[in-house]
This record gives sequence, C-alpha cells and structure tokens, in this order.
Amino acid sequence: MIGLITSLLAITISAGTSLLYATIGEIYTERSGILNLGIEGMMLMGAVTSFAVSYYTNSLFLALLIAMVVTAFMALIHAFLTITMKANQVVSGLSITIFGTGLSSFLGKRLGPESNNFNLYGVNGKNFPDIQVPLVGDWPIFSAILNQDILTYIAYLIIPLAWFFMYKTKKGLNLRAVGENPRTAEAMGINVIRTRYIYTVIGGMFAGIGGAHLALAYTPGWNEHITGGRGWIVIALVIFAMWNPGKAILGTLLFGGINAIQFRLQAAGTDIPASLLNMLPYLVTVLALVLLTVYENYGKRKIGAPSALGKPYMKEDK
Amino acid sequence: MKFVFEKRKTQLKRLLFLIPFISFVGSLFLSGLLLLAFKTNPLMVYGAMFKGAFGNWFNFQETLVKAIPLMLAGCGVIIAFRMRFWNIGAEGQLVMGGIFAAWVSLFLIDFIPPWLVLPAAFTAALIGGGLWAGIPAILKAKLGVDETLTSLMLNYVAIIFCQYLYNVVWIDPNGYGFPGSKIFDKAAWLPRLTGRVHLGLIFALIIALVLWFMLKKTKWGFELKIIGESPMTAKYLGINIPKNIIIALFISGGISGIAGMGEVTGIAHRLTHGLDMGYGFTAIIIAWMSQLNPIAAIFVSILMSVLLVGGDQVQRTMGLPSAIGLLLQGMILFPLLAGALFSEYRVKSIKSIGEAVK
Repeated sequence: MIGLITSLLAITISAGTSLLYATIGEIYTERSGILNLGIEGMMLMGAVTSFAVSYYTNSLFLALLIAMVVTAFMALIHAFLTITMKANQVVSGLSITIFGTGLSSFLGKRLGPESNNFNLYGVNGKNFPDIQVPLVGDWPIFSAILNQDILTYIAYLIIPLAWFFMYKTKKGLNLRAVGENPRTAEAMGINVIRTRYIYTVIGGMFAGIGGAHLALAYTPGWNEHITGGRGWIVIALVIFAMWNPGKAILGTLLFGGINAIQFRLQAAGTDIPASLLNMLPYLVTVLALVLLTVYENYGKRKIGAPSALGKPYMKEDK
Repeated sequence: MKFVFEKRKTQLKRLLFLIPFISFVGSLFLSGLLLLAFKTNPLMVYGAMFKGAFGNWFNFQETLVKAIPLMLAGCGVIIAFRMRFWNIGAEGQLVMGGIFAAWVSLFLIDFIPPWLVLPAAFTAALIGGGLWAGIPAILKAKLGVDETLTSLMLNYVAIIFCQYLYNVVWIDPNGYGFPGSKIFDKAAWLPRLTGRVHLGLIFALIIALVLWFMLKKTKWGFELKIIGESPMTAKYLGINIPKNIIIALFISGGISGIAGMGEVTGIAHRLTHGLDMGYGFTAIIIAWMSQLNPIAAIFVSILMSVLLVGGDQVQRTMGLPSAIGLLLQGMILFPLLAGALFSEYRVKSIKSIGEAVK
C-alpha cells in the first residue's frame, strides 16, 4: 500500500512540475492585469525548441535557455499587442496559441535529423535524470519527493520564493497594485506599462520551462500532443489558486494526481472513469469561479481575479 | 515630440477593409521568411496552397466543406462579441450541438417519422449548443461570474464528454472497438448539394444574412450594440441586460451547435472524433477579422478554410508539414490586432512645451 502511494505521489509530482511552472508564471502575468491565453502555444514551443536543442547540443542548460528565450519572445508579442497596441487580450492570446501550435508542429517535422526525414518525433535526446537525495531518498513517501529531476527540485524552491516576492516585497506590492488599480498605481509613481511588459514576459519564460520539463523530463521526446491541453489546465489552475503563487501547489498536486491515477487506471485496463476524471479540473474551476464571485459579492474581502485583468490601460483617456 | 492616442468618433470605413487585407499579406510575408529559413520557396508553397484549395472542382468542394462549420460558429461568436460578451466556448457549443444531433439520430429516430428526424436533429443541436452557452450567460447575468474563463473551461467538459460517449457509451458494438457510434440511419443524413458539400452551407448563408439584417436593422441588434458599447447607457435606456445576455448567448451557442450538427449528420454520419478540430477557436479569429460583420464572416471563413485545405494539400504534394496552414492562421491576427489601434484611434503628435519654445 505504502509502495502504491509512493509511486502515485512520484508521478503526481512529476506531472505537476510543468503545470506548476506555467501556473506561477501565468499568476504573475495576470496579477499585472494581462490575461495570456497563449500558454498552450508557448508550452508547445518550449517543448519543441528545448528538445531540438538538447538533441543537437546535448546541453540541457542551453535547451532550457533557448526554450525560455523563445517563449519570452512569444510573450513579448502578446505584450506588445495588448499593452502597446491595446489589442483585445483574449483574441491575442488565442492567436499566440494557434500560432504556437502550428509553428511547433511545423518545427517538429523540419528540425529533426535528415535520417529521420527531418522529423523530431521518434528520436531520443538527452533528458533530465532523476536525482536521488542521499539517505532519505529511498524511504517510502520521501522517495517520491526526493527522487526527482532538477527542475522539480527548483520548483520546490520557487513556490515559497514566488509567494514571498508577491506578498512580502515592495516589487510584489507594486505588481498587485498595477493589476488592481493601474491608475492609482501610476499616480503612486509605478510605471504600469513597464510592469506589465516585465511580468508578461516572465510568465512566458515560465511557460517555456513548463514545456521543456515535459519534453526533457516527464515524457522525454517530442510529439505534437505532448502538452495534452495542459496550457488550458494552467488557466484553470490560476483561478483555482486564487491568483496566489503559494496556493498554486494545491491545484497542481490535485491535477497532477488526477494524471497519476489515470496512469494507474489505464494500466489496469479500465479507462472508463479515467476519461471522466479528465473533466474534473475544468468542472472544479467553473465551480471555483462561481464560489469566488459569490463570496466577493456578499463578503467584504477581495480574493478573486485582479480587478484590472483583461482591461487595456490608456494613460491618455481621462 | 510626444504621441497620444485619441479615440476616433467613427471607425474609418476605408481602414475597415484595408486592415484585414494588409494583415493577410503581412502574415504571408512573415511566414514566408520562416519558410525561407528552411530553404523552401514561399511562393511555391503559397502557389501549391492556392491550387490545393481552388485548383479543381473537388478541392474547391473540400474548401467549402471546411468553411461551413467556420461560417456557422463564426456567426455564433459574432452575436456574443457584439455585446462584448467574450464567449470563447464556441468549440464546446459546437461539440454539444453535435452530441444532441447524434442523440436524435441514434435514439429518438425510432420514435418519430423519418421526415421529422432532420428537423428534430436541427432543433436538438440548437438547444444543445444554446444550453451550453447559456451556462456562462446565466452565471454572468445573475451572479457576475467572468464569462471568458467559464466558457473556455466548458469547452473541455464538452469535448471530454463527447469522447466518453463515442469511446464508451455509444460505441458501435459491431465497430471492432474503433471509437465512434454506429452509422446513422439514412433518414438522419443531411442531404448533400454536391460532393461532400452538405445542406449546412445553405443554413450558414441564410443565418449569416438574417443575422446581418437583425444586427443592423432591428431594435434587438441595436440593443446588443448598446450593451456592448456602454452598459450604463443601456441601463438608462431601460434595456434589460441580463435577459438580453441570456437570449443572445442561447442563440450564439445554438448557431455553433448547428455547425456541430452539420459535421455529424452531413459528413461523418456518426458521432466520432473530429468534432473538436478547433473550428470553434478559429471562429473567434474569423469574428475578429470580419470586424463582427456576419456577411464578411462568410468570406473570411472561406479564406481560413483555404489555409486549412491548402495546408493539407501542401503536405500531399510538396511533403511539407500541413501545420503551415495553422501557422498562417495564427499569424494573420498579429498585424490585424496591431493595426486595429489605427482604425479605432487617431495618433496625434503634440509638441512638448520645451520643443515648442525652440
């Protein structure tokens, strides 16, 4: 029994890592008032570019770096369109996703070795190995947590850091001010435009790491459906976490856990409840949104979405 | 010198058509650079795409077939976007329409006369899509829940539910385990005009025309516009906003549902995979490119379909990934979104005091 729990937990954490990175990134982006629905496209691009780089250079560091640069650039397009050109955030984000889906699929069939008909699908590259922490790393339960790849260990650190930065530092306060009330923030001397640019790009980089974790650790290799809609689950997880990076862990564990249980059920040959389990994250999110809104309508405390989320900021109109 | 943006009183008509055109050319140009990077001649690729989509009667039919769900879902999205209700759930509404139509074609068919099957499937699809859009509408109208995120989430609930149906519950017992329901009885096959082009094309054209008229010429269309542009004015004029949201979204989702019915009863003749091809997401891009005009949406849908079918053809004839079509689709909006600023705002330069003195 303890063995089963340990192995389920190990898959849960591994499945949750990519979600966690992308979710924390998107929380930061949305906190600045920018909704980025391009996560799915950016994760795909992060996955394909990191895998290609790791395949050709054998450098995991370079693979991660390139993935982050590429997705930062994609987020920059979104930032330029929505912040500078005041374009609709929903439509721009969807375009990023469609563009990223198309481009990653195209690159996946062009960047591969000639021997494989230029296809990246079906080739093996270097990937992040699991590192076992000495002594406690082979205890039950502990071995699930302390026998993971380096990106997961970094994720453990990022959760408290991201929380601390947002709630305990001046910069985090500024960020929240920009997302809540940009006009007041500007009056306080915060550069709203610059803040939004910075956090949108950071969000993109995190989505890139999420994608890279899929291609280089969780399911090593490249295929067009590698994200399996995770980019949309991330949008759901942000709501589930109530835009608080500290709470992102609960959602990612829950949804990573659903992944892990599916793994098990499919192995056991029953995929009937598994397909319905897939529905759960989305249903829970709708429910969470309703509850958050109702709570805010009747309660005093504001706990939901940043007030300025999705609204373009115009310095000029008074 | 300093530049400021000033909202135009009226959108420039000239720019309204020019900007989508420039966007299209811009998208071809940007993708062309990418193709060049892979030592591929973009002109040859575009030529092959064009030929693939229009080259012969069969290919052109395929372009029309793919344009049908895009036209319908595009019109559905337009209604919601007119009131600035960000319904991005057309994908799920389309799937739900397909499921409801399939239910009529698989089960209700035994209890009704054959001539009634297709009208019943049509109505069921309308109701299915409408109810699915009705959920975010009611949540928004009654509780103020953000519609963008709820409509997005419901897409996946519908898609997964649909997969569950054709993989498990409705799976054809004689289908050797292949995912999909049994083939419908002939009474549930939507008549075809020519080749694979089915009656859905006529539905789409009629709906677009009626919708254009309704939005442009009726009080209802005016009310939607006012709600979108200024909810305060709408309230002042005594327009019932919650009621309007719910009705408009029911129609919006219903039209997307009919797109699903077309795919199920007109093409596949069974419930199987392929409903969640992304038509509902492309529809959002179509709505935006056609500047929320249903007539324009017809033509933009054909253009988008050309990219899809052309992409497939490029794969067949040149051995290049069909994803080129998707790539072009995604890119087409970047110049458009950037350009929209100039059709809605006027750039004014004002000299700062310092410079004026000089």
